[in-house]
Amino acid sequence: MALNLIRKLMVSSLFCFGAATASAETFVFTAIPDEDETKLVERFRGVADYLSNELNVDVRYIPVKSYAAAVSAFRNNQVQLAWFGGLSGVQARRLVPGSEAIAQGVEDQAFETYFIANTNTGIEPADELSSLEEGLQGKTFTFGSKGSTSGRLMPEFYIRETFGEQPDEFFSRVGFSGNHTRTLRLVEAGTYEVGALNFQVWEKELADGNIDTDAVQVIWRTPAYPDYQWTIRGDVNERFGEGFKQRVTEALLNLDDQALLESFPRSGFIPASNDDYEPISKTAEEIGILD
Amino acid sequence: MFQSPTVRTSFIFLAIALVGLLFADIAITASNPWRDLGNFFFGVVTPNFFSNEGLMTALLRTVSFAFVGVALGSISGFLLALVYRWLPVRILCAFVRAIHELFWALIFLQFFGFHPLTGVLAIAIPYAGIFAKVYSEILEEADPEPGRLLPPRTGVISAFLYTKIPDCWVQLRTYTAYRLECGLRSSAILGFVGLPTLGFYLESAFSQGHYSDAGAMLILFYVLIATMPLWVKPKLLPAYILGAPFFLGEGLPIVWSNVGRFFTQDIVPSPLRGEEGWAGMGAWLGDMFINQAMPGIWNTVILTQVALVATGIIALLAFPLISTHFGGPVRRTSGHVFLVIMRSTPEYILAYILLQLWGPSMLPAVVALALHNGGIIGHLIGRQSSTIRLRPDAPNGLNRYTYELVPRVYRSFLAFLFYRWEIIMRETAILGILGIYTLGFYVDSAIQNIQFDRAMVLILITASLNIGVDVLGRFIRRKLALQTMPTC
Repeated sequence: MALNLIRKLMVSSLFCFGAATASAETFVFTAIPDEDETKLVERFRGVADYLSNELNVDVRYIPVKSYAAAVSAFRNNQVQLAWFGGLSGVQARRLVPGSEAIAQGVEDQAFETYFIANTNTGIEPADELSSLEEGLQGKTFTFGSKGSTSGRLMPEFYIRETFGEQPDEFFSRVGFSGNHTRTLRLVEAGTYEVGALNFQVWEKELADGNIDTDAVQVIWRTPAYPDYQWTIRGDVNERFGEGFKQRVTEALLNLDDQALLESFPRSGFIPASNDDYEPISKTAEEIGILD
Repeated sequence: MFQSPTVRTSFIFLAIALVGLLFADIAITASNPWRDLGNFFFGVVTPNFFSNEGLMTALLRTVSFAFVGVALGSISGFLLALVYRWLPVRILCAFVRAIHELFWALIFLQFFGFHPLTGVLAIAIPYAGIFAKVYSEILEEADPEPGRLLPPRTGVISAFLYTKIPDCWVQLRTYTAYRLECGLRSSAILGFVGLPTLGFYLESAFSQGHYSDAGAMLILFYVLIATMPLWVKPKLLPAYILGAPFFLGEGLPIVWSNVGRFFTQDIVPSPLRGEEGWAGMGAWLGDMFINQAMPGIWNTVILTQVALVATGIIALLAFPLISTHFGGPVRRTSGHVFLVIMRSTPEYILAYILLQLWGPSMLPAVVALALHNGGIIGHLIGRQSSTIRLRPDAPNGLNRYTYELVPRVYRSFLAFLFYRWEIIMRETAILGILGIYTLGFYVDSAIQNIQFDRAMVLILITASLNIGVDVLGRFIRRKLALQTMPTC
């Protein structure tokens, strides 16, 4: 009886390994989880349908739980295309030789981070971060994800540059909310007094009437920097046919479904190149996120 | 009173925890924590079972991952138990079980990616280490008498199967079934790092404040665990185990070259990969030790000690809820329901919920660990207290509790508490992923920065710390002559 059971177990575990090897040639993409998941799934299912029509291959979107998981999936060739932030894109392209940034949003050429504060802090908006030193010192502060460009890299860079201290020395408590929507909610609720987030998320939530402007306001805007982009692996042509990379690029650049663009929110996609992200790479090296 | 070694030990640990509290970061930072908590409970009582198309699939996956992981773990654990005498095997087992399932999952995610194997191995490997230890303890305690009665020249295997196994069968089975329940909890939380189990949906429902959806998921999970005796039948087990591998989902195909790359490049310390070589190792390790390992270890130890004592207090307060010496059947039944909820909610999920509601500090972690572990120990000693027969003229109420029952269950209470010490520390480390600055926080940061070499060193440090506490816990239990049965 026991032996029989053991034998059955062995057989079933073999099935488990075998079942995975069969899989059709599907073009898989992912995106960094920078916002509420429901929004992401809705948005990228739309993109998957669109790409599937344009490219005549099966296209599948897989949601991931962290920025690093998106980079790893891209690096491991489990996804071939990804909607990365500035930093995650640089990380991914360093790890996958031959991969390329092919398109970015119109807004991504000059992206910004907003510093926001709960109104109970009494901090008033300013043009220079340095003039906020007194108000900000010793407050609680939240970044977005640890791997975020607009939610971590850029705000950390400006905090260090302006105040000459690491964030956890300057603020009394530093957290990582996980994504931009959550940063907004946490500062709005007062769980953190100050936070930094992607300006597009703020603007969209504001336009949709989802922000209690009596509870939270923008106190400072960073200078512009390049951010999100579509990055594709260098070996897709070998797998999906000659000229595939070009076709994906064109499909993305030609995307003119207003509802879909609105969900990003971007007004359209324009060509991008790896060199566009050199400033991000330098900043990340400076604060030690990249070696 | 202080002459009793158990009391002395208790007070030493209480004192350590009180000193720890001075250094611990305990605060409620949310401006309106009670409103949020109210919203959450409102969500739980108004569950929405139809919000998510993936919910039933997620439950199915949760069960499947648990079955396959626990089955593989128990088979490998059984084989390891046979050779557990060998020191290298014991060390290997202590090592693999000192690393939490979530850490294993984070490691496998880096090269197997979103393939079912990631989730299966994340459960099977640490469980194999635990099974090996417990099975070998059970086998060791088997009655040697039947073996002596065998005819000479009986083969080793026959002797084993006909004398040891029948004697231990019930215990082996009970423990394995119990582990399956733990497996369900482990499987559920794997969703938090992206595997397709319940945690995946729970995390997104929570983070978006969809408390009714989250409530529905939690209720389904409790029902799943509470009804286990009804659907986990010995006769059905082979069917479950054979079927489960087909319900893991297909995930994404494994690219085998990633495995080689992970072991030959990713986890090689960066100075060795670059030009610096061994000369750079000192600086690399030193930097990591001062900036990550030290603060991580400090916070992990403080949080563990505070949570350990809080667990003890909760357990002592909770056990009368189900003890037959207090209250009527109605109160005991509600006590049972309450304790089932406390112990079947994985501490990771509890901590996640409380962190969302109260804001970040060590407090949500302490409360989560104390509720979960206190629920488990409270349940065990509550059951034990019911077997105690009191004199007909025994005092009632508070006096019955303090003078009759607590002294009688105190030794086994301490035994369970010290047994769970290492488990609490393992959980404490992992809670860092949620943003509390324990070792898990630094492991997660290293992984987020794609620095797997650092992540591996930090995981090794975490494992050593757990092994150290495990050894210390066993030493104290032996010193105080406390005996216990394993819990997870």
